[in-house]
Amino acid sequence: MDAILIQLLNGLDKGAAYALIALGLTLAFGTLGIVNFAHGALFMLGAFCAVSFQKILTISKKVKDESITFFDAYKEKPYLEIWWGDTGTAIIDYAVPLSILMAIPVMLLIGFIMERGLIRHFYKRSHAEQILVTFGLAIIIQEVIRHFFGANPIPTPAPDVVSGSAAVGVFFGLNENLVYPWWRLIYLAFSLAIISAVFAFLKFTTFGMVVRAGMADRETVGLLGINIQKRFTIVFAIAALVAGLAGVMYAPILPPDYHMGMDFLVLSFVVVVVGGMGSLPGAVAAGFLLGILQSFASMTEVSSLFPGIDQIIIYLVAVIILLVRPRGLMGREGVFED
Amino acid sequence: MMKNLIKSNTVIMLIFAAVVLTAPIWTAPIGANYPDLLQKFAIFGIFAVGYNILFGLTGYLSFGHAAFLGIGSYTAVWSFKLLTMNVVPAIILAVIVAGIFALLIGFLSLRRSGIYFSILTLAFAQMAYSLAYSVLTPITNGETGLQLEQQDPRVIDSMFGVVVKDGLPSTNLFGTLMSGYSGFYVAAAILIVAFYISLKIFRSPFGMKLLAIKSNQTRMKYTGFNTRPYLLTAFVISGMYAGLAGGLLASIDPLAGAERMQWTASGEVVLMTIMGGVGTLIGPLLGAVIIKYLENIFSALNKSELTEIFNYMPEWLQTIVVNVTNPFVGEGWHLTLGALFMLIVIFLPGGVMEGVDKIKGLFGFGKKKSTIEGEAK
Repeated sequence: MDAILIQLLNGLDKGAAYALIALGLTLAFGTLGIVNFAHGALFMLGAFCAVSFQKILTISKKVKDESITFFDAYKEKPYLEIWWGDTGTAIIDYAVPLSILMAIPVMLLIGFIMERGLIRHFYKRSHAEQILVTFGLAIIIQEVIRHFFGANPIPTPAPDVVSGSAAVGVFFGLNENLVYPWWRLIYLAFSLAIISAVFAFLKFTTFGMVVRAGMADRETVGLLGINIQKRFTIVFAIAALVAGLAGVMYAPILPPDYHMGMDFLVLSFVVVVVGGMGSLPGAVAAGFLLGILQSFASMTEVSSLFPGIDQIIIYLVAVIILLVRPRGLMGREGVFED
Repeated sequence: MMKNLIKSNTVIMLIFAAVVLTAPIWTAPIGANYPDLLQKFAIFGIFAVGYNILFGLTGYLSFGHAAFLGIGSYTAVWSFKLLTMNVVPAIILAVIVAGIFALLIGFLSLRRSGIYFSILTLAFAQMAYSLAYSVLTPITNGETGLQLEQQDPRVIDSMFGVVVKDGLPSTNLFGTLMSGYSGFYVAAAILIVAFYISLKIFRSPFGMKLLAIKSNQTRMKYTGFNTRPYLLTAFVISGMYAGLAGGLLASIDPLAGAERMQWTASGEVVLMTIMGGVGTLIGPLLGAVIIKYLENIFSALNKSELTEIFNYMPEWLQTIVVNVTNPFVGEGWHLTLGALFMLIVIFLPGGVMEGVDKIKGLFGFGKKKSTIEGEAK
């Protein structure tokens, strides 16, 4: 029972990351009809927002280390600590959550530039060409990041308060030794919040209503005198933002390196397709489903029965679902079948 | 009359064979005339030419062809270990086994089209890759990669009394070692045959049917035509080409690792095909040569060599140029690849071949505008 709860949480956690990335992919696809292979790179850029924010906060000055009295020792002391003392230390400690403030404008801007600068010219091109050009872009982003940050993963710790583990066992009335990292719980809550925010935005605002109308019938919305193109550009920027935020919050779980985006991209594409191209609820459901299945498959009981199942479960499920349900779980008819 | 002569199969093949076999000579001025690189040109050329039979003719974008390359490599190495160091059985087995896998994967994947097909092939390839790393370690030797060992049985070799005294045995073709130029000529001969088959397919009724499926599959079906067997045949043929390339890779360097099956490797062959020109006969081969050549040049450079190259400039300019170009070479070669790739897709979606056509058009002896798109050139 304990093991099952832990694996369920693990799965929800992984699923949350998949769902967030898949959500952004589906938004871009459903509105602009663009298959964005650079979406994983946006996730990675988000994580590097956290890294660079942390680096900016900890720009340091060499000061004399007072604790060592035998000889003159120097240590790096961040300017923030020198200026503001304990407040500065606290700010540095909260670098990751605070970097969201930086990530929001940065990711929106990147999304906007990407759409206006490149994607816009590819509406009328074939899906294969869209895949290829964004794939090229992803390689470029990845290499630029590697040039500036190096090839090694950069540890980006979560704030001290939440770096420990939560006693989830007590909460569920199970064994009290059952613990789970706080930050992962926060990540889960955060992604649920983002997902609901996106859905609420599309469901309850006028802007969202127009966007949904545009997804259903772009031409008619245009005939009504609405500049649907402009709104779709904003939606693309939002999709970039969602991917970026997913990346920022993922940084403490997995130290970011330059190819983390690609690793997630392939899986998220599988997630999107399993959910059904163009279906937002489908993407989220498939994300959580595949995340949970993957973590259950990695339990020792399961992998001793079917060796290697944890490595391939996602692809296996994808193959079965696609063969049984041609358009994925919730795909619409006629989307992406030519 | 003259035009027809130039376009006849025999003439094309003669020219092609002459160009390929003299490659060691005409690549000398660009510094590519060493066997390792030439072998790579030929092998990845075969891979891309085969991939083009699927992608170029039917328009089905497969993201899993590297799996067949990997399977071919593993089969060939096992043939060296168990049967003989001769490359002929190894390559034949590699093609057959890759073909069987292509039949299975193609049968399932081709039930869907569009991006669903792409993702299915990707899923199968990733499964093969993950399994090769984990559960199938007894067959694939996991991360280390499959290697030859001195005490391998080599049944056929030992029947003929070939004894390996010290060190590892080398692959050979009836006694000729597969290293250096002889390796290249074997690969080149196979490339010529492979190219001939692809030419025949492009110009056969079968190829025409594949093109018809590409331009409008629904209409083909409405005329009472079952497209599935044709697609499957194309898929299996291109899978066998990939297996052939994998077998050749293993023949020249008897090693097989799972990283050959990763999806980035599948992406590479797509790159080559697009770079050269999808659906053209010679394009994919050109793409493979260009990418492998540039990779070879760019990834070998480093900062001090750049400084030397730009030595003729005034010092301040040299510093700027070196610093700007530095991220693009050595380990940053992928940056160049990405940039080049984006430029090609944006400005020349038809690849290098489209560029050639445009230049021809400028000088007034290009094709007429009425050329059907995707027609065998």
